[in-house]
Amino acid sequence: MSDLKFVGKPIVRIDGKEKVSGATHFTDDLEYGSNLLYTALVESTEAHALIKHIDISEAQRFPGVIAVFTGKDFPYKFGLYMKDRYIFAMDRVRFVGEQIAAVVSRDKRIAERAAKLVKVEYEALPALLDQMEALKKDATLIHLDLGDYIHVPWFFPQAKTNIAHWRKTRRGDIKKGFAEADYILEDTYSVPRYSHCPIETHAAVGLCDLSGRLTVWASSQSPHTQRNLFAEALAPLGFTHKDIRVIAPPIGGGFGGKAGVSMEILAAAMATKLRGNPVQVIWSREREFYNTSQRLGVIAKLKIGAKKDGTFTAIDHRLYWDAGASAEYGANVVNAIGLSATGPYRFPIIFIDSVCLYTNLPPCGAYRGFGYSEFMFGLESHIDRIAAYLKLDPVAIRKKNAIKEGDILAYGVPMNPSGLHKAIEAVEKEIEWGKKVKSDDPHKAIGKGFSLIWKAPAMPPNASSAAFVKFSEDGSLNILVSGMDMGQGFLTVMAQIAAEILTVPVSKIRTENPDTDRNPYEWQTVASHVTWSCGNAVKNAAINARDQIFEVIERACVLPKEQLYLEDEKVKCKTKPDFELPLKDFVINGIQAKDGTFRGGPILGKGIFMPEFTSAYSDPETSQGGHPNVHYTVGAAAIILEVDKDTGKMHVKKAVEAIDAGKAINPDLVKGQITGGLLQGLSTVLYEDIRYDDKGKLLNPNFTDYKIPTAKDIPDEIVPIIIEVPQPDGPFGARGVGEHTMIPAAPMIANALQDALEIRVKTMPITQEKVALTYLKNKEK
Amino acid sequence: MHKIKITLNNEKRLVDIEPHEILLDVLREKLGVKSPKCGCDRGDCGSCSVLLNGKSVRSCLILAVEVDGQEIVTVEGISKDGLSKVQESMIDNNAFQCGFCAPGVIISATELLNNNPHPTREEIKEALSGNLCRCTGYLPILEAVENATKEGNNE
Ligand code: FES
Ligand code: FES
Repeated sequence: MSDLKFVGKPIVRIDGKEKVSGATHFTDDLEYGSNLLYTALVESTEAHALIKHIDISEAQRFPGVIAVFTGKDFPYKFGLYMKDRYIFAMDRVRFVGEQIAAVVSRDKRIAERAAKLVKVEYEALPALLDQMEALKKDATLIHLDLGDYIHVPWFFPQAKTNIAHWRKTRRGDIKKGFAEADYILEDTYSVPRYSHCPIETHAAVGLCDLSGRLTVWASSQSPHTQRNLFAEALAPLGFTHKDIRVIAPPIGGGFGGKAGVSMEILAAAMATKLRGNPVQVIWSREREFYNTSQRLGVIAKLKIGAKKDGTFTAIDHRLYWDAGASAEYGANVVNAIGLSATGPYRFPIIFIDSVCLYTNLPPCGAYRGFGYSEFMFGLESHIDRIAAYLKLDPVAIRKKNAIKEGDILAYGVPMNPSGLHKAIEAVEKEIEWGKKVKSDDPHKAIGKGFSLIWKAPAMPPNASSAAFVKFSEDGSLNILVSGMDMGQGFLTVMAQIAAEILTVPVSKIRTENPDTDRNPYEWQTVASHVTWSCGNAVKNAAINARDQIFEVIERACVLPKEQLYLEDEKVKCKTKPDFELPLKDFVINGIQAKDGTFRGGPILGKGIFMPEFTSAYSDPETSQGGHPNVHYTVGAAAIILEVDKDTGKMHVKKAVEAIDAGKAINPDLVKGQITGGLLQGLSTVLYEDIRYDDKGKLLNPNFTDYKIPTAKDIPDEIVPIIIEVPQPDGPFGARGVGEHTMIPAAPMIANALQDALEIRVKTMPITQEKVALTYLKNKEK
Repeated sequence: MHKIKITLNNEKRLVDIEPHEILLDVLREKLGVKSPKCGCDRGDCGSCSVLLNGKSVRSCLILAVEVDGQEIVTVEGISKDGLSKVQESMIDNNAFQCGFCAPGVIISATELLNNNPHPTREEIKEALSGNLCRCTGYLPILEAVENATKEGNNE
């Protein structure tokens, strides 16, 4: 495949001009006309309470108020994997910030003022703000009717508890596994919740026209999934899929937070009762913090056994996840990790419990890394500690145990082809592993930290993608897909794939974000799977168009299609060197025969892709027997960290990250993912520090108090390395990389601190203050 | 209602406003200029940045009445006669992903290069430190601004 013309090339983004000229219009930038209605939300002030009474009368009477809605107006449940959420709270609230009512007006300020007049009477219930409390036998129940919730067949909620799902993975006799070990290390690691912080907050506008057609514009990673969930939730009102249209304008970052359905359902539901008026719901930054999904927190109890030479004998990994008040999406994070908490290592004996717990904090869901960043913090910290005890080099112990193609994964399926070992070696070399770096400043210490990377897409077994490619008169192309470009460069990559097959240059291809009426199906843009899955669909659509082209030439020009090929936007023939027909001459208008009639017509290719080999059915006690994951993407990373011993201030001098992309369809975009994802990861370790008070109220719902890095907080140098061991079923061998890039950040910091200061921090975040105090305590010992 | 007069992207505009109205809202909702974005509404993120008399300001922190008689330039204004060097360089250096922060970044970078055509990397970092970007990791943005200064001044 060395003669690729478009794939593997650093082609500039096709949406570049739009984005830098201000032409990109995000959801809130579109004009919805003078009929637009604004909403203001009334949200719970209690973490857990019964709603005794809601008095909306004063708000209703407020001049300029058009409507006030509460749970009574929409007593419907929704949820992607488990239907455990109401559109508005019904008889009880489960977190501070939960939406109870909404006031609608033509004037934003009137809506806001009237919303303050809604009175809610609560009867407080004990609030569970910690997942370990929620796990206790006699804990207050957060969802009394958990046993009745509709959910996907691979979830195992336990009625009359706060356990939304419990994924068990077992292989071999765990006692025996530890008996064979020369050294066993057991410890607990904890990672708190995090907020996605896309710079564009959530926005949605619903319009139900007078014919009953419902259109929703939403800043969304999941237009089709949203349509599906809206249709399911609003079915009692008479809506079906054909009545609902979701339009997804460009999105200002998502990172998983805009996957599935959350606040968008408010706009959809309210619009059904305000026909003819677009209804806008937009989250302020504050609301974005406390009323949208967050990353799950986890307490991970980890036990690993190893032989003297470093060979791992067994892993016992018990993860207790704080999923918040709703587990409709978050439980799938827990599920994914229950299948993958071995990390990219060979463990002959495995015992994993991954437990999803309801708490009275905001609901959690997908977040870039989908649980892998969280458990890899503990696992990769643990491995460094074992290496230290056994007096082995941290990289050597990883090499010894790192998974290889064909090794059997925790759930009994062989590992896909992988460049893991190549990635380790590349990073080792670039970071000059083993070479100590000393600071000239006596107050500062420098350490190196290493970590591996791994992650599989977590998807239902029938998650699929579809694509159309259609030509215009000049031979240019439109690609219709429903994946979202949320910044990763998806639209450009799809264009490169179509360009490669059809020889039409990327500059002549247009790909836009979708509209569920016009664009074919895509499950969701999550799981770092669209390059792979939708890439396959686009490739298939392009091949389908090419077949149609050859077929029409065969009919019109009497040339055997087996002899035809495409080059430089022309059809050529292997046996007739002088034959050459530009695409633009026939892709719309067909080819004229001698008698004046035409052959052909508009060329329109279609392609689909569904991984037909996956299955979620397995033994619930062991997870053996199914094939839940399509493949893993792996890699390795390392940093050089400088720490100020007095203040604990840390600075990353150099970061190296190598990812096995299978095939980088666009190397520049892959490198962009590495730089951006790595900083997002470092941000979760070093800066972001979410705080709740003892009543479950978020204390830092803004960027003044919840810090994300600025241009001044970045590493001095980031070296992205692309490894390419092709994925056999990927388009040109490609795998997704977007989420993986942030996974190694936390353990690398923890491991580099061990190297620099001989301290071990086992709780995230690793703030400057925590480092200074831990170092001080260590010195005093 | 107040009537204010401004020069917006080189064009004289008259607009009726209430005294409490924020410049960002007036630009977006009454003047149809959508490049300034609201990312935080309290001066933290920089995505609402515009040039006020050539100086980069956060339009979410300014009352519209305050700008009566003054000159405002947004990314729409910068782009009217073709892209600036900074913008071109941002495309070439992959300096945005979702692009939501891009207008604010372009405003800050434009102000910087207007005053200091050949800034050091530290100066660029300083100038952009008020623009939050969640996607790119900033490095490509810094490179883009640096590269924009390479062939002479920014115009
Ligand atoms: S919206 Fe003005 S600084 Fe964030
Ligand atoms: S490119 Fe997305 S916030 Fe900067």
